Amino acid sequence: MARRENILKETLKIVNVGLQSFAEDLKSQGVEVVHVDWQPPAGGDVEMLRLLERLGLG
Amino acid sequence: MASRVVVMKGTYRDSITVMKISNELSAASGIRSAAAVMATGLNKRLLGDLGFRAIEVESAGPNDLVVALEAQDENALGDALEMLDRLLSARKTMLSGPAGPRTLDSALGMLPDANLAVISVPGQFAKREALRALREGLHVFLFSSNVPAADELELKRIAKDSGLLLMGPDCGTAMLNGVVLGFGNVVRRGPVGIVSASGTGSQQVSVLVHGAGLGISHVIGTGGSDLSEQIGGLMMIEGLKLLEDDEGTKVIVIISKPPGPPTAEKLLVVARQCRKPVVVNFLGRSIESTADSGVREVATLEDAAKTACALVRGETPRVEPFSAKKEDVLAIVEREASSLTASQKYVRGLFSGGTLCLETMVVMTPLIGGIYSNTALGGSHTLGDANVSREHTCVDLGSEEFTAGRLHPMMDYTLRKMRILREAKDPETAVILADIVLGIGSNPDPAAELVPTVAEAKGLAQRGGRSLPIVASAIGTPDDPQDLTRQRKELENAGVVVMESNAQAARIAALIATRGAAAPRVFGSAAHG
Repeated sequence: MARRENILKETLKIVNVGLQSFAEDLKSQGVEVVHVDWQPPAGGDVEMLRLLERLGLG
Repeated sequence: MASRVVVMKGTYRDSITVMKISNELSAASGIRSAAAVMATGLNKRLLGDLGFRAIEVESAGPNDLVVALEAQDENALGDALEMLDRLLSARKTMLSGPAGPRTLDSALGMLPDANLAVISVPGQFAKREALRALREGLHVFLFSSNVPAADELELKRIAKDSGLLLMGPDCGTAMLNGVVLGFGNVVRRGPVGIVSASGTGSQQVSVLVHGAGLGISHVIGTGGSDLSEQIGGLMMIEGLKLLEDDEGTKVIVIISKPPGPPTAEKLLVVARQCRKPVVVNFLGRSIESTADSGVREVATLEDAAKTACALVRGETPRVEPFSAKKEDVLAIVEREASSLTASQKYVRGLFSGGTLCLETMVVMTPLIGGIYSNTALGGSHTLGDANVSREHTCVDLGSEEFTAGRLHPMMDYTLRKMRILREAKDPETAVILADIVLGIGSNPDPAAELVPTVAEAKGLAQRGGRSLPIVASAIGTPDDPQDLTRQRKELENAGVVVMESNAQAARIAALIATRGAAAPRVFGSAAHG
């Protein structure tokens, strides 16, 4: 993977994963943001998720 | 009376959205109680304890939303259910439409040149999402808490090797290129750069720099555990180097709770080699600094802001206990303390910012003696039950014992209002002290929340034959969504003594509680500042 440019010199373009209010706050600051409609993977079952990840399916 | 439990299968909503829905339903007319939760194991047990044991709840899973409603009649219940529908659909379509991306990968399809991921999923899923973001070459702002230290170390090592920032976990505040991530204030851009393990610490320093007429280049957050022995300040050192190379940054401020000696020393070695002046505030811990190395250690967040501004302006840093004149401060103390009764001896500090709670103890302990708290600090006493104050007490209401299942006290003032009333009833309370943190992400109108409570608290004390001084610091700017000037005016009109910094609020609270006896120590120290 190529190293990124210095983030302090770039215009922020943001993917928001989680709290929707953070995406709303970013939009209100005029930031380009895509909000991920995130849901807990494997139905929120952490053990199942670990199993799926070990099998390369998570 | 009518009650109903609704299970909405496959309707996942984040914790803030769920709590806002809960609050709005609770406030609806004709509703006696309302609770909305995701059906995790813990929440199902809590619902069971409350008497909700429906089969649908038992079989619900973490991606199912459960809403329990108790209304005065069927009509009110029907209205609340309609309101629930509206709340769910409105919040969902506001940002991404009904069919937004479900994964980081698909979001990158919509925004291929994204350079930063803001991640705030529950802690047990945070590493998975952060790893994905790092692998896609994104810098990460990781708000999620409860991430194990081993995972934090792994993520930070990967980030460092890839030339990326991993701000967090448990990172509340950052500001890059003028954009606030998480919680933060609207301040002008300028020459002071901050790298910080404390969100409210960054907010305090940035608003004071703004108030002094200068501005902030960037705030790089590291998360509260970055200076632990295990992480060793990995991101703070990276942040420091980034700010050293940043053309817009002239002076750098480092903020953290006291780190262990090895990490402090490692960080100071880097700071001493920095080509720019570095101001260090390790709350409550002294470091060995020499002026010629370019590293200056200061005792409080306010001193950090003032010292940074002086260095930018080429002036000698001067640290004063108050912005106002001594006689004006003493006049306020006289006014507030004159009608205290003999039983009123103690300061009761109720904080939303953990660092602001710590700073208050650092400032007040030499003035009033030992302070009980739920925040650990050398020399302080541990509060057995954080819900019950004892002698001088400073409580961090943002700590986990208070925030489980609730919004953070910077957003939700409910707990603090209840606690203010409880302290007002205690005949030993001399002064109630609070921090009011404004800015993006915080409560939209703290004054509207607090003014009725302040009136009630003062009334309670009055009925007990006492007066009740209430002191607050307002951490914000006039450009914040809540408007510092208006907040300040409304609180002052309600009889609150509003100070421009947390440290000054702590000093005046100590002066009031001691009826001015602490004055020689407060004003005497200025000569050595």
